[in-house]
Amino acid sequence: MTANATLPVGLGAGETRDGRPPGAPLPRPRRRGRAGGYANRPGFFVYGTLAAVLLGSVFPLWWSFVIGSHDKAAVNSPTPPLLPGGNFLANAATVIDSIPFWTALGNSIVVSTSISLAVVFFSTLAGYAFSKLKFRGREGLLVFVIATMAVPTQLGIVPLFIVMSKLGWTGSLAAVIVPGLVTAFGVFWMTQYLREALPDELIEAARIDGCSMIRTFWHVGLPAARPAAAMLALFTFVSSWTNFFWPFIVLDPNNPTLPVALQQLQAAYFVDYSLVLAGVVLSTVPLIVLFALAGKQLVSGIMAGAVKG
Amino acid sequence: MTTLTADERAVRRIAFRQTLGRWDVRVSPYLYISPFFVLFALIGLFPLVYTAYVSVHEWNLIGGQGDFVGIENYATVLSQQYFWTSLRNTFSIFLLSSVPQVIVALLIAAVLDANLRAKTFWRMGVLLPYVVAPVAVALIFGDLFGDRYGLINTTLGTLGIDPIRWHVDVLPSHIAIATMVNFRFTGYNALILLAAMQAIPRDFYEAAMIDGASRVRSFFSITVPMLRPTIIFVVITSTIGGLQIFDEPRLFDQSGRGGANRQWQTITMYLYELGWGQRDFGRAAAVAWLLFLIIVFIAMINFLITRKIADTGSRGNSLTRAQAKEARRVRAARKASASATARTGTTESTPERIPA
Repeated sequence: MTANATLPVGLGAGETRDGRPPGAPLPRPRRRGRAGGYANRPGFFVYGTLAAVLLGSVFPLWWSFVIGSHDKAAVNSPTPPLLPGGNFLANAATVIDSIPFWTALGNSIVVSTSISLAVVFFSTLAGYAFSKLKFRGREGLLVFVIATMAVPTQLGIVPLFIVMSKLGWTGSLAAVIVPGLVTAFGVFWMTQYLREALPDELIEAARIDGCSMIRTFWHVGLPAARPAAAMLALFTFVSSWTNFFWPFIVLDPNNPTLPVALQQLQAAYFVDYSLVLAGVVLSTVPLIVLFALAGKQLVSGIMAGAVKG
Repeated sequence: MTTLTADERAVRRIAFRQTLGRWDVRVSPYLYISPFFVLFALIGLFPLVYTAYVSVHEWNLIGGQGDFVGIENYATVLSQQYFWTSLRNTFSIFLLSSVPQVIVALLIAAVLDANLRAKTFWRMGVLLPYVVAPVAVALIFGDLFGDRYGLINTTLGTLGIDPIRWHVDVLPSHIAIATMVNFRFTGYNALILLAAMQAIPRDFYEAAMIDGASRVRSFFSITVPMLRPTIIFVVITSTIGGLQIFDEPRLFDQSGRGGANRQWQTITMYLYELGWGQRDFGRAAAVAWLLFLIIVFIAMINFLITRKIADTGSRGNSLTRAQAKEARRVRAARKASASATARTGTTESTPERIPA
């Protein structure tokens, strides 16, 4: 069982059909057209469709830069511009002056980073216990975790707000961070991953060598969890960076996160879309940079999660 | 006072350490899972349950708890016209976003499933919108769908079509908002479906091809039925998210109330208006609880319908008995040769799943 855990991920059920004798060295996964034995190289239609989809993905972002780099007159003319103008820096300066941009950027970084770290740590800890340790009630509790993934917790905002104001936390970042500290999805994700990626023998060896439970987790469990933990961190970061509803309710206008600040910008400059979209560009650039660096991991994360889930 | 000899002390120390070790083994698992359960109980479950308590009381944002009023908040909410308007809007936007989204995602996944050059590039391109905040998406599309100078109306104008009043009329505003949702999530769902497609054993297609099924035919007779669990997953997650939609309609115009006649006010926006606009937490909680019930109900219906569609899909276009037999034979042969080393199949690889 555990020997199979070391198979490359791409080598799934479909790869050993070539009648190779059991135990023979694994062949390289063939690069293959997925549509079985149908013609191999896709043609113009496939690439044309993909190009259209790609255009649809990129165009709105491109458009926000085009509009954000013009002035009000150009934007409100009957023939909208299609190429960037030279006004972006001036617009950006106005945006930074009129909303607490740097505060919002700092807050977004603090909130997203601390939520990601907490989710990853707690999920790995729980996922390690669920996948590798034996204890009473394990199956039942895991089913409970999975069931809670479908619970729309956002609907608890009224009592959550009551609690936060009783604690005197409204307006502070703690009110945004604390409700994000754990996710059922994270626990499920790490459980699934560790179940396959971490051989029981490693844990047993560490235990026989005299490691306590927590040291075993620290020196064996955590390192094995690293790839899945990185993906979980990315997803958590993106979702807390883009989160709007709860921060919008609980934070003060002078201490917002970036999405909340964008809403203020819209409320202030509705008639001047060049300023609003310049703000959109400013607030989106950090995530585009992140995407350029780690988009590959996001893609494989979604695909890995889909197969296992 | 008895003094212990060195030996006795050593024995006791070892015994003590063994007891500690046993406790370590027994208690540690619960310690490791407790942060999740404690925090989830406090910030997830408790608020949800407490919502029901708030909803049967008079409760003001500033003044706090008032008298017990029973179902009065529910009765009031259900008699408000805006509640029903927001319910209609939520469903309309949800249907306009989820149905086309799943279909288009399926097509994109099928295209991505081809033997492409620069696979990662295309996959990343499809996923790009996912990292853009819904708020930012709403502002961008709010401009594109501008009633007077928006790019879309200008383009329609050059084609000789009258401008559409995206921010005034009901259906156009719903289409605009659904477009924002689709923009952000279609690619994401396409990748999920793509992963499931790649887990379909390839010999199914080989058998179908040998028997002369066209590529389109195998897509509908093999791919779609085999993707059933994944499609159900995608539909249910988009239901849970879609019925709570707030960001996009909230920022579709400046006022954030959902239009002059609440043309695009959703239930969550209505909840916000009651709770933080009218400061009536009792009624807001009643709306939250109603929405919760609706989501659970719809998720169940979804599950049934999606299962049925996938079922009839496989029955209506099914391969002939001989074709299925062939597929099963190829599969069995493969299984025998691979049983020693192959990892057992991922999601759906039991022979009964062959459309028959």
